[in-house]
Amino acid sequence: MSQDFDLTPEDVAEIVAILDGSHFERLDIKTGRFALRIARSGDGWTQQQDWRAEAPAALAGTGTATPAATVVDDADGTAIRAPLPGTFYRSPQPGAPAFVEVGDSVGSDTVIGIIETMKLMNPVHAGCSGAVTAILCENGVMVAGQDVLMRVTPA
Amino acid sequence: MIRRLFIANRGEIALRIIRSAQRLGMTAILGVSEADRDGLPARQADEVVVIGPAPSAQSYLSVAAVVAAARAAMADAVHPGYGFLSENAAFARAIADAGIIFVGPDISSLEAMGDKLMARRIGIAAGLPVVPGGEAETREAARLRAADIGYPLLLKAVSGGGGRGMKRVDRAQDFDSQLDMAMAEAQAAFGDPRVYVERFIASGRHVEVQVLGDGARAIHLGTRDCSIQRRFQKLVEEAPAPGIPTDKLDALTGAAVRLAEYLNYRGAGTVEFLVDAETFDFYFLEMNARIQVEHPVTEAITGIDLVEQQLLIADGQPLGLLQDDLRLTGHAIEVRINAEDWTADFRPSPGTVTRAGWPAGPGIRIDSHISDGGIVPPYYDSLIGKLIVHAPSRSEAVARLCAALDALVIDGVATTAGLHRRIVADARFAAGGIDTRFFEGLAKGDAHRG
Repeated sequence: MSQDFDLTPEDVAEIVAILDGSHFERLDIKTGRFALRIARSGDGWTQQQDWRAEAPAALAGTGTATPAATVVDDADGTAIRAPLPGTFYRSPQPGAPAFVEVGDSVGSDTVIGIIETMKLMNPVHAGCSGAVTAILCENGVMVAGQDVLMRVTPA
Repeated sequence: MIRRLFIANRGEIALRIIRSAQRLGMTAILGVSEADRDGLPARQADEVVVIGPAPSAQSYLSVAAVVAAARAAMADAVHPGYGFLSENAAFARAIADAGIIFVGPDISSLEAMGDKLMARRIGIAAGLPVVPGGEAETREAARLRAADIGYPLLLKAVSGGGGRGMKRVDRAQDFDSQLDMAMAEAQAAFGDPRVYVERFIASGRHVEVQVLGDGARAIHLGTRDCSIQRRFQKLVEEAPAPGIPTDKLDALTGAAVRLAEYLNYRGAGTVEFLVDAETFDFYFLEMNARIQVEHPVTEAITGIDLVEQQLLIADGQPLGLLQDDLRLTGHAIEVRINAEDWTADFRPSPGTVTRAGWPAGPGIRIDSHISDGGIVPPYYDSLIGKLIVHAPSRSEAVARLCAALDALVIDGVATTAGLHRRIVADARFAAGGIDTRFFEGLAKGDAHRG
């Protein structure tokens, strides 16, 4: 069942009715489940929809399971990439020490940061083991999915 | 209680069924072919099962593959959609034998309506008017029938369908030669030389009645007019059928309910009639024992979710609606947007839709499985979406449809949108009540214009 709200033809009609009285040319809405673009087309409006597959139940549920960071090998060692877009935090709360610093050893399950997406805090696991050689994202910045967060030299 | 619904179909109707199932709290399991595993319906379903390779015969049309997939998915019901296996009695039986609910009428109803001659006999038994005519086992019997019916008349192959094996005879002196030809053609095309004789209705409209039954009681949900067809394929549908006198409408809907109750019909069905465009006399043609492509126009004017009703009835619940509860509001029109090049004899146009800009706004509904980047595989039918408009009156609905078609932008494949713009702009369509010759006339008009 959908964890995200649904999008009905009535919803689309209501959005168009609001836009129709405005000067806007286009509206984009993105949620975890769908992307909707409403755009002017001549005297009328078009809708373009796209839907993503439902996240597996374990991910959509309590938050105990989280997406693992994607680990990619490249020339500069192993890159830890953001598993999803959102705000990247290096420490568990403001003022607290960072989860990891350059030179620290990490294992596959080591938490290296948190990404806040749609009001949910998602721990980011290293996904590989080795020593952190570079931290490429500052605390509190917006990251896109797949952005490189840190680099690790395999142990 | 249906908890896990297996959807044995694809395209827009699969998506349509998924939505109603999820709204009812069911887990929607979609059976897909390998060509459809990344499509929009697969992304919206709760679970996806690959039933076979892309060609329909090995996937959506394979009774064995679909039944095995539904069993493996632990489904407690199967919705067949339309087309494919939806009216296949053997499939319904195999599903029932697997201990799974078939979302459709009883096997007896599927069998009764599966053969045109048998449907005609049952129609007569239920007291419905049928086109004057009948079977003719021998040449002499056919002549007697013809003398009875009068001219012009039609000779139809008993085993025919989709317009094949039909001959029109205008004069008595042509009858023998046309009969020889019809029987020879029927033998060649269908391996069965039997023909039947029917009065030819020169100006006929295709009007159908949506019915719902729970096995004990049936109600109707008004009429639909589907007279705009090309080679017996519907292009435009509207509800209610325009310009039919109230007494005739009541007789038409009453006849449909009578047939449904005669069959102890369970589920959603459509009773099709040929209506004389001048006298409004009507004749029963056949009954479709499934959800139909054009069901949204009925949903628009009744406010009833027909797929939800199918699921509730399949679940064993009695009809929750009374005939008197039914209020028809306004007018609705649907056009089928097919991936076909209508300017090149409707040549199919599969491919990737680079931009799917469907119209949006009040009174507009889109039923489509195609979004930006959507693939129209070459294996299945060409329907990529349905545009449905609803407005307080027919003239407002026509205006709304016209505006919506102007807004629509589909890039990457050829579509029938341009044809619909022409139909909607035609004064005869705007007036309403056209007969099945309209489309032919439209095409001829093109030829004259060069």
